[in-house]
Amino acid sequence: MNMAPLVDGSLVVLILAVAIWTIAVRDSFAAVVGYAIYGLMLALAWVRLAAIDAALTEAAIGGGLTGVLLIRAAVRLRPTESVVAGDSPAWFVKALAAVLAGAVSLALAVVVLTLPEPAPTLAPQVAEHIASTGLGNAVTAVLLAFRATDTLLEAVVLVFALIAVWSLAPDRFWGGRPGQHYHLEANGMLAYLARLLPPLGIVVAIYVFWVGADLPGGKFQAGTLLAAMWLLAIMAGLTDVPEVRLVWVRIALVTGSAVFLIIGFAGVPFAGAFLAYPEGYAKPLILIIEAASMLSIAVTLALLVLGPPERRGQS
Amino acid sequence: MSATTLFGLCGALLVGVGIYGLVVNPQPLRKILSFNLIGSGVFLLFGVVARRGAALGMGGDPVPQALVITGIVVAFSATALAVALLLRLHDASGTASLTTKESPEPSDT
Amino acid sequence: MSQLLDLWSIVAVSAGVFFFLAGTVGLLRFPDTLTRLHALTKADNLGLGLVVLGLLPRVSSPLAGLKLVCVWLLVLLAGAIASQLIARTAHRSGPKA
Repeated sequence: MNMAPLVDGSLVVLILAVAIWTIAVRDSFAAVVGYAIYGLMLALAWVRLAAIDAALTEAAIGGGLTGVLLIRAAVRLRPTESVVAGDSPAWFVKALAAVLAGAVSLALAVVVLTLPEPAPTLAPQVAEHIASTGLGNAVTAVLLAFRATDTLLEAVVLVFALIAVWSLAPDRFWGGRPGQHYHLEANGMLAYLARLLPPLGIVVAIYVFWVGADLPGGKFQAGTLLAAMWLLAIMAGLTDVPEVRLVWVRIALVTGSAVFLIIGFAGVPFAGAFLAYPEGYAKPLILIIEAASMLSIAVTLALLVLGPPERRGQS
Repeated sequence: MSATTLFGLCGALLVGVGIYGLVVNPQPLRKILSFNLIGSGVFLLFGVVARRGAALGMGGDPVPQALVITGIVVAFSATALAVALLLRLHDASGTASLTTKESPEPSDT
Repeated sequence: MSQLLDLWSIVAVSAGVFFFLAGTVGLLRFPDTLTRLHALTKADNLGLGLVVLGLLPRVSSPLAGLKLVCVWLLVLLAGAIASQLIARTAHRSGPKA
């Protein structure tokens, strides 16, 4: 008996139900918690689509980090919630929105049902050239070798997003510490978890990074785990957020992109093209880029969650 | 109907659900949430295209999969920026409403 | 021998799923936060534990089995601490539905 259609069907129904609940429920806090659950469900869908790398990323970022970010925002916006809820649009706007949403869904559904057969794929090209990278994980090979420009630009986009977030700080707090100060409850359970979990989390993150060359995993997933461990220590009050003017913060943020660019430009004289790797050195160079990117991604993601500076350095 | 098609239809519906929430819900935070629903629906469509391209022992075409991974990270950074803008609006004006009103007090509805 | 292991997997995973079901029903039906948490712990700790025990004979290598057990232990830790934090918040903010 083949149970797979039942599993897939239930999963799709659950995902859609949680998505609808997320937009329908009145309480924003509940909606945000619903969104975190939705992210985890979606990760299961990615597993069913045989995209384990994407599943790990979705669970860590879509469910985890986005959840933390939105929960913090929902708590701060709670006092305004009942006021803004009064701005609900008129019924005809809702009806028009429903028609628009239905039309877009229908169009996309038609596209899905009429996708070309046989499906176009780049998998054979990847399989043909993957040996030259020394990697076993095709997704990592695409990210760091075949489409490395995308990944480089994305690392830069993360830093730009953080600069944009910081630029929202009021002038008097510029260069200060982001977010509120968390008080340490020395014997609290959160402090206990924040002492116990980070060593484990760091080991798991390095493992995920290391196996990313050959198995599902890589710098994004590992960087997210490191960011989560740092955020846990900050929220338990064990450590404070660094002032964003500090030199080591700035260096940590740009190291990943800088290493990526240096190795990329080194490819011009040594391998004949930007971001080309010399014969036989592809894997070590990719690992260096990944290690540097992992640290930068971890610091950037955590600081993106914490938001713009809101306190003076001394406080 | 194959499982891949099923998830494709799920992605199409998620985009629709997200668009409806984006237009109808007055709360900016909920609009950000809805926008993320649209994004995840689009990513799921990418996943379907990737899955259909399975060949040579690979579970799917790795190129769209890699694009989705970068996409998820960029979507997160955009969400973080949107949330930061929203919280700044809240701090600066004391409200989180997107409608402009004649009088500053928010109690006219 | 392999049939016995299959039987063990079926029994253990089914029992685990039963506890998940019971925990979910409790989460939806119980009247207040503390009793709901009580229901959840059954699903998290016992249900997942039984599922892991049921899957252990089917792993390809001892390392994979170790990972499964680690997943269970981490969920135990996270579940216990999250429950404690939620319970304390509920306790401080007074009895509510």
